[in-house]
Amino acid sequence: MGLQAYLTLAAVVFCIGLFGVITRRNTIGILLGIELMLNSVNINLVAFARFSADVTGMIFTVFTICITVAEAALGLAIVILLFRIRRTVMADQLDLLKG
Amino acid sequence: MTSDGMLPLAAILLHALSFLVLAVVYPLRRLGRPAAYFSILCAAGSLAAAFLAWQAHMGDAVSRLVWNWLPTQGQTLATVGVLADAESTIMLTLVALVACLVQLYSLGYLSEEPPASLGRYYTYQALFAFSMMGVVLAPNLLQLFICWELVGLCSYLLIGYWYYKPEAARAAVKAFWTTKLGDVGLTIGIVLLWRQAGTFDLTEMRVLVESGALPVAGLSLITFCIYLGAMGKSAQFPLHVWLPDAMEGPTPVSALIHAATMVTAGVYLLLRLEWLFALTPDVLLIVAWIGAFTALLAAVLACVQDDIKRVLAYSTVSQLGYMMTAIGAGFATAGFFHLLTHGIFKALLFLGAGAVIHAVHSNDLQHMGGLARRMPQTTIVFLIGTLSLAGIPLFGGFLSKEEILGAVWTGGLVGPFAVLMLVAFLTAFYMFRVVFLAFFGTGGLKASGYQASGHHAPAPHSHDVGGGRDHSHVPHDPPVSMSLPLWLLAVLSVAIGLYFTVAGPALPFGAEEAELHPPAWLMPAAVGVAVAGILLAWLTYQRRTINAASLAAAFGPIRYAAMRKFWLDDMFEALYGSVLLAFSRLVGWIDRYIVDGVLNVLSAWTLTSGDDLRTMQSGRAQDYVYGVAVGLVVLLLWVRLG
Repeated sequence: MGLQAYLTLAAVVFCIGLFGVITRRNTIGILLGIELMLNSVNINLVAFARFSADVTGMIFTVFTICITVAEAALGLAIVILLFRIRRTVMADQLDLLKG
Repeated sequence: MTSDGMLPLAAILLHALSFLVLAVVYPLRRLGRPAAYFSILCAAGSLAAAFLAWQAHMGDAVSRLVWNWLPTQGQTLATVGVLADAESTIMLTLVALVACLVQLYSLGYLSEEPPASLGRYYTYQALFAFSMMGVVLAPNLLQLFICWELVGLCSYLLIGYWYYKPEAARAAVKAFWTTKLGDVGLTIGIVLLWRQAGTFDLTEMRVLVESGALPVAGLSLITFCIYLGAMGKSAQFPLHVWLPDAMEGPTPVSALIHAATMVTAGVYLLLRLEWLFALTPDVLLIVAWIGAFTALLAAVLACVQDDIKRVLAYSTVSQLGYMMTAIGAGFATAGFFHLLTHGIFKALLFLGAGAVIHAVHSNDLQHMGGLARRMPQTTIVFLIGTLSLAGIPLFGGFLSKEEILGAVWTGGLVGPFAVLMLVAFLTAFYMFRVVFLAFFGTGGLKASGYQASGHHAPAPHSHDVGGGRDHSHVPHDPPVSMSLPLWLLAVLSVAIGLYFTVAGPALPFGAEEAELHPPAWLMPAAVGVAVAGILLAWLTYQRRTINAASLAAAFGPIRYAAMRKFWLDDMFEALYGSVLLAFSRLVGWIDRYIVDGVLNVLSAWTLTSGDDLRTMQSGRAQDYVYGVAVGLVVLLLWVRLG
């Protein structure tokens, strides 16, 4: 399989993640979508590292996974706080940004 | 030189001081009589200073005291100060004299006014005297114009002194508007003249004119524009309509402003610019003809009036026409001489009429009669004024009228001369009509009702109820504060007449009288028409040999037209009602619906589109992400395809 197949997979995963982020009403669902998008990027990094015989991408991916975990923990903490304060985690009701 | 300039300056500043103190020191003004005393004191001081200034400027002495004002690059656009010469100081003395006497007289005439109103009255009076002196002494046209407008303002304020009377308020507005119409011309004239001459200063301008450096092309328009201003102020046809209505003000105000000083400002302006007008003989001809026509028109109108003040008002218009004709004939000093004598005897007549009104509580001649027995002093002084106005020898107005008639004849204006002779006849007639009806006749005493109910003046023409309610019901001579000015003016009227009869008609100023040689038949002719007028009035209103009704019938159409003021007021009203109001409505409509409409539509659009755009800001983070994603896709496509 060539590089193109990996990149196509990454693009598809990214689009699925974006679709989730945009359409999911539940905040946890949105966080899941973000994870998908990050992982599509990881796939890209690993694929490029493999095909260009350079390990920098691999190492970078390890970092990304670590940070993703931390981000997920933070995101979930925010969601819990949000639920405590607003008594909801539905994204369409969280419209405080409105002017 | 400088000390001579200080005297007129003191005269003008005393009134300014009086005005400032009365205007600023509120409690003093509310006190009424003390404010009046203060103002009269200042006026007396001003009179003394003016008199001394006149003495110092006899002959050719000129003093000029100016300060820079309105500096522009490298030079001064305008100055303020005083320009005192023979003409201006003698005029200054007249203004100071009449102002002082009128203020004294008002003390008695307005004795029934509430103190606060009295204080207000004296504040206006002081402001008026200050501004009028500013006009008289102005060294440049800019200061003259400012003071000119201030004088107009004071006239408005004082006509509307009894502002709660609708007629007075209307008359004040009418006077203001009508004179303003002329002032538009004056403004344009002054600015055009400044473009032509490069200066506002009278002295510098005169040098330019006399050295021939001022281009004559287009000067006619300028002088005509300036004449328009004089026309409004000096009540020349067709802008004379405001002056009779201005009689709604207190009688002393009429005496000061609408007889002796302000209305003569137009004549004075033309006198000051005599050398400029001399360059434009065509405009002078217009001045002369309009002056003569005004004199005739107003004299005819005066014959049919029943209101004593209105007779005097039309007489003032008529005499102003006289002065204007003399100026138009090229003899401005003759007009000025008449201005001075007229100022004195017309003030006397008005104050005398005020004394009558004060006693009878009515303006209507039909309500008077036989007053000579009850008010002997007033009768004598009024008679002196009347004889002066009619131009009877030995009285003040005689010589100045002769001068004017001689000037007009010498100037070669036969038409205006004939008109003025007719006017002299009419003047004698209508003035003695007043005298016989008010002072000697027996008519009206019973009809008037002032015996029985006294202060309740008979309704239709009781405009001028100055006061005197505590007086007994029988009319009698006024108190001393009123009779003193009357006697002073009467003595002056006679003294001027006697002095010039003895000393010859040589004026204390101006050398140009030398060229005035009236024909020998002029004096007997002028006296003749005056006596004929008196005789006709005597026969009609005293002896009743000629029936007044049949006399009126003989002049049926003219009388009918004169009763309606020759439809001039109606014409102005129609003009105002149709053209001006319609135009204003049109402009108002355009402003409301087109100018405002465009702006309203624009602002409405902004509002609604803003409202619509607001819904984009849902506040939900997902919508924003969606926007970013779509924007990114669009951007990518654009980069790929574009």
